[in-house]
Amino acid sequence: MARFTSGNDVIAREIIDRYPVAKSAVIPLCHLAQEQDGHLADDALVQIGELVGITPAEVLGTASFYEMLKREPCGRYLVNVCTSISCHLMGGDELLHHAEQRLGVRAGATTADGLFTLEEYECQAACTEAPALQVNYRYFHNVTPADFDTLVDDLAAGRLADTIPPHGTLARIRQRIPSDRAAGAASPIGGAQPGWLTDSPALTDDGSNP
Amino acid sequence: MTDVKREVAVDTVSLTVNGAAVEAHKGQLVIDAADNAGIHIPRFCYHPRMKSVGMCRMCIVDIDTGRGPALQPACMIPVADGMVVDTLSESTKKAQDGVLEFLLINHPLDCPVCDKGGECPLQDNAYAFGPGESRFVEEKRHFEKPIPVSDLVLLDRERCILCDRCTRFARDVAGDAFIVFQERGGQTEVNTFPEHPFASYFSGNTVQICPVGALTAGPYRFRARPWDVEKDESTCTSCSFGCRITVEASRDEVIRRQGVDLDPVNWGWMCDKGRFDFDAMNASERLRTPLVRDGAAAREATWSEAIGRAADALRPALDGGADRVAVLGGARLTNEAAYTWAKLAKGVLGTDNVDCQLADGLPPEVVFGLPRATIDDACADGGTVLLLAPDIKEEVPVLFLRLRDAVLAHGVKVVELTPQSTSMTPLAAASLRYRPGEAAVVARLLGGGDGGGLSIDGDVSAARELLRGATRLTIVLGRPSIGESAATIVDAVGALLGGFPDAHVLTVLRRANVHGALDMGLTPGLLPGHVTIDAGRDWFTEAWGRVPAATGLDATGILAAAAEGKIDTLVLLGADPIADFPDHQLARTALDTVGTVIAVDVLPNASTALAHVVLPAAGPSEEAGTTTNLEGRVLTVAQKVTPAGTARADWHIAAELAFRLGHDLGLESIGGIWDEIERLAPSYAGLTVDIVRRAADRDGALMPIDEAQLAELDGARVTIASQRHRVDAGSATAANRAAAAESQEERQADELAAEAEQSDDEGKGVARGASTSQARPPLLSFAPPATATELPAVDAYGLRLVVSRTLYDNGTLNQHSPSIAGLARVACLRLNPADLARLGLDATATVEVSSVRGSLTLDAVADDRIPPGSAGIYTNHEGADPADLLDVHAPVTTIHIGTKS
Repeated sequence: MARFTSGNDVIAREIIDRYPVAKSAVIPLCHLAQEQDGHLADDALVQIGELVGITPAEVLGTASFYEMLKREPCGRYLVNVCTSISCHLMGGDELLHHAEQRLGVRAGATTADGLFTLEEYECQAACTEAPALQVNYRYFHNVTPADFDTLVDDLAAGRLADTIPPHGTLARIRQRIPSDRAAGAASPIGGAQPGWLTDSPALTDDGSNP
Repeated sequence: MTDVKREVAVDTVSLTVNGAAVEAHKGQLVIDAADNAGIHIPRFCYHPRMKSVGMCRMCIVDIDTGRGPALQPACMIPVADGMVVDTLSESTKKAQDGVLEFLLINHPLDCPVCDKGGECPLQDNAYAFGPGESRFVEEKRHFEKPIPVSDLVLLDRERCILCDRCTRFARDVAGDAFIVFQERGGQTEVNTFPEHPFASYFSGNTVQICPVGALTAGPYRFRARPWDVEKDESTCTSCSFGCRITVEASRDEVIRRQGVDLDPVNWGWMCDKGRFDFDAMNASERLRTPLVRDGAAAREATWSEAIGRAADALRPALDGGADRVAVLGGARLTNEAAYTWAKLAKGVLGTDNVDCQLADGLPPEVVFGLPRATIDDACADGGTVLLLAPDIKEEVPVLFLRLRDAVLAHGVKVVELTPQSTSMTPLAAASLRYRPGEAAVVARLLGGGDGGGLSIDGDVSAARELLRGATRLTIVLGRPSIGESAATIVDAVGALLGGFPDAHVLTVLRRANVHGALDMGLTPGLLPGHVTIDAGRDWFTEAWGRVPAATGLDATGILAAAAEGKIDTLVLLGADPIADFPDHQLARTALDTVGTVIAVDVLPNASTALAHVVLPAAGPSEEAGTTTNLEGRVLTVAQKVTPAGTARADWHIAAELAFRLGHDLGLESIGGIWDEIERLAPSYAGLTVDIVRRAADRDGALMPIDEAQLAELDGARVTIASQRHRVDAGSATAANRAAAAESQEERQADELAAEAEQSDDEGKGVARGASTSQARPPLLSFAPPATATELPAVDAYGLRLVVSRTLYDNGTLNQHSPSIAGLARVACLRLNPADLARLGLDATATVEVSSVRGSLTLDAVADDRIPPGSAGIYTNHEGADPADLLDVHAPVTTIHIGTKS
C-alpha cells in the first residue's frame, strides 16, 4: 500500500482544492501519505506528482528537504535523542549510547518489532532541560538512562497511548472544508477571488462586518 | 552571432564599468552590459538563455548606485543610470577568492582524468580569479561516482557545484523537470527520482552548459581531451530545423557536436538525436566501397566499374527514354549536391520523375508559394500560431523549445489542429481534434465557413475567436499524420487561407535539407529557384541545354509506374523507400520490378540491399556546402573529416555520372556550383558565394533573399538588379563588383578552361549559356485546390489510423548510431481507453489489425492522446510498421481490429 487509499484520495483532492495553485498542496499531501503509510513510499510521491501536475523528481526534491518526512519505513515511536551542545555536555551522548544498547539498534535504525526508530538529533530547543529527547515529537526532559528504560517500557506496554499518538499523525490536515467554501484551483493571475474570500463577510467592500 | 534583441534597445542607460562609460538598455543585467563592453565577469550559474538565479555568487562585483560600493551579483542586478561597477576592486577580488575557495572545498581535484579539464569554467576561473591555494584540509563529500541519469548522460555529484544550470534547463527550457535538487541542505545533490531517468529529448544540453565535469555524455566520455579536438562551425542536418553547431573531431573522426547560439534559430540548444547521432557515420557497417550486384549477391567493385554500370543503366534516357528513368530522394544532400543532381536528372537525362520527398511531405507550391514565416515570426511577442503539424517535439525538437518559450514568456497563443494530442497540447490556448483526413472540415469552420452543416462546439468557436483576434498569424504547417494524404492537408491550407489571407506559413517538413532540395528542383515540375518547368523552360534550356518536356511523376507516381514496369532505372539518393515510403507493398513491388536500382547512400538499408549498384556517399561533416532550414535560411555545413573509405561527395558522383554519359556539368567546386545557382536559380539572384560565406558568420541568409538583407550582408547598398551581373552587367555597382570579383574571375577562368577542353557537342558545358537575353522566370505561387479531396464515409466498426513519428525510431541513422539505437521502442496499437473498453480488450491484449492493404499483429495499449474513433501506430518502430497497412493512394486509412486467436 503506497498509493492513496480511496478515502485518502478524496481527502487529497480536497486538500488540493484549498490552494489557488495545485502545486502548493505538495507538503500537506506528503503528510497525508506519511500518515497513511508511516513514510513516503515512491508510489506515493509519484501519485502526489500526478495529482498536482509536477514530476516525481520535483516532489522528492521538496520532500527530501524536510527531516520530518521519512523516506524509509519508520517505527510506531520515533525516538530522537539530542546530542547538540547542551545535551552533549549534560550526557546526551551517553543517553544515546544507552538507548542503542536498550533497543538493540544503532541510531538511524528501527527495532525488529517495528515499534521504535532511534535517531540522533540536532538541537531540539530544550537546552535548559538537557539532556532531552522526543518521542514522536513530544518532549521528555532531563532524561537519565533509567528514565529512558521506564519510558521504553511504558511505550511498549501502550501506557502512553493517550499522550503519544503513533508516528505519522503529527500533521492535522484533515480539517474538512465544505466544497462550497473550497477555493478551487483558480489561477492567482486571473484575478478571480477564491470562494472563501468572496464569501467572507469580514471582507465586504465597505469594511463593515454584517 | 548578432543578438537582435540587443540591437533594438529602446531606452539606453549610461553606467561606468571599471572606469569606462558603458551604454546598456534598460532592464539589462550588469553582467550582460559588461559582456557587451568587453569586460568579462566570471560566472558559473548565469546563462544568457535562462533566468538568473544568483546561485553561485561567482559574479559578485562592487556596484555603487550612489550609496557607496557594495558587493552584488552582477547576474541579478539590472543596470541603472549612473551606476558605477568595479570588477577589479580589492573587495571584489577578495570575494572571488572566497567563492572559489568555498567551491573547491568539495570539488574533487581530478582534473587530469576529467573530461571537462581544459575547457572547464571552474578550472579557468580558479586559475584566473582564485586564491591559488585552499585552507581546507578535511574530507570532501563523497558520492557514488558517475551515476547514469539517462541513457546518454552521466552525473558525478562530487564534481557538482550546484549552479542550478542543468536543473533550470530541465524545468524551464525543456519542461522535463526530471533532475531536481534533492536532500537540500548540507547534502544537496542533483538527482533523478528513483527509476525515473532524465528521459528528455534535450538532456545533452545539460552536459554542454554544465560549468564543471559533473554531467558528461556517454558517447564522448574519455574519447578525447579538449586540446586534441578540432572544431568547426556547421549546421546540424539531423532534421530540417537547422541548429547551428560545432562539429568537433579528433584523429579524423567526429566525436562531438555542441550547440552554437544562433539567435534566430536554436539559441544554443540541440536535441539529443542531433547531438549524438554522428556516431552512425563511424559505424563499422558504413558503406565504404561501391557495390554491384550480379544475380542475388552484391560484391565490392571499383568506382570505375560501379559508375560505369550506373551510367549504362541511365544511358537510354539520353535517347528518348527519359520517362523510364527516375530519381527518388535528395533531402540528405547539401544545396550544392542537390543542384548538381537536379542538373544531371533534368538537364542531362531530361527526366522530371524526380522527388526528394517520399509522399510524407507537402507539395512545393505549398512550401514556396505562400508567404513564408520565420521561426522568429512565429515566436515573436504577442503573435498567434496555428499548428497544423506533426508533434514538433518528435520531428523538429528545437522548434518545440522555441515555441514553448514563446508561449510561456512571450504571450504567443497557440491554436492546435491535430488528429491526436501532442507535446504542444498542454501549451496550446485551444487544441482541436479532427478525425484523420478531415483537417479541412475543421479548417473551414475556423476560416469562417459553415462546415457543411456541422455544429460548432465551444472549442472551435473559442479557437476561431482567437484566430480572428490575431494581429499576426503564423501557420506552422506539416503532415500531422502520414496515414492521411497530403491532399487533405492542402485542402485545409486552402480553407485556412480563405479565412485568414494574411497568415504566413512556416513549413515543418522533417527531412534534413528537404527545403533546399525542393528549392534546387528535386521535385516534379520544378527547376532550381522556385520556377515551374514551363515558366523556366527557355531560361534553363539556354543554360542547361535541355529541360524535361513535361511535369513528371512524384514519389508515389514513380513507385506506381515502377511497379507496373514503366521505370527501367531508379536512382535512390539517400532514400530508403522500403522503410520510409508510407506504402510498403507499393515500394516493395516497385523495387522488385525496376530493371536497375542505383543507390547513393551512406549506410546500408533495406533498399540498398535490393540495389544493383550502390555508390557510397559522403555523410554529414564529410562534405562541405550549404543547407537550407525549414524557414528558408541558407546555412553553411563544414567538412571536418574525410569521407569513410572511398565514399565520395554526392555532387562528385553526379558530375562523374554525367561525364560517363558524355556530358560535362561544368561544376568543379562547391563555390563554382553556388555561383551557378546564384546565376541561374531566380530565387537566389544576388546571393553570391561571398555573401553566403559572410552570412555564415552571422545569422545565415534567409530565403527568399531581399534587398535589405543583401545590403546588410554585403556591407554596402546594392540592389538585386545590380547583382544580376550576367543579365544586366551594365548596372552592376562598384561595390557589388568588388564583392563578387574574386569568385567571378575564378568562374570565368574555370569556364575558359572547360571550354578549351570540350568538343563542340551539343549539351556539353551547358552552364555557359547563361549570358542571356532571357528574362528571369517568375516564381511559384500557391492556388488552393478547386475541389476538396473526397473522403470515404466513416465506418462505425473501424478506426481511422493516425501514423506519426517519434524522435527515436528504427530509421537507418538511428539504428547505426550506438548511442541512439537502444532508445527505439516497440510498435504498439494506441487506442483511446474508451475504445479499448468498447472493444472489450484489456490493456495488454495482442490484436490483429487489418486494413484493405494488409494486417499486423501488435499489442494494444491505452493512450488518451488518441481521440475515440481513431487508432495510432508509430511508424518505423520495432516489430510492426503501419506502412504495411497504408495505401498511399487513399486519402485516409481505416483499420479493423480482431483479437488474436
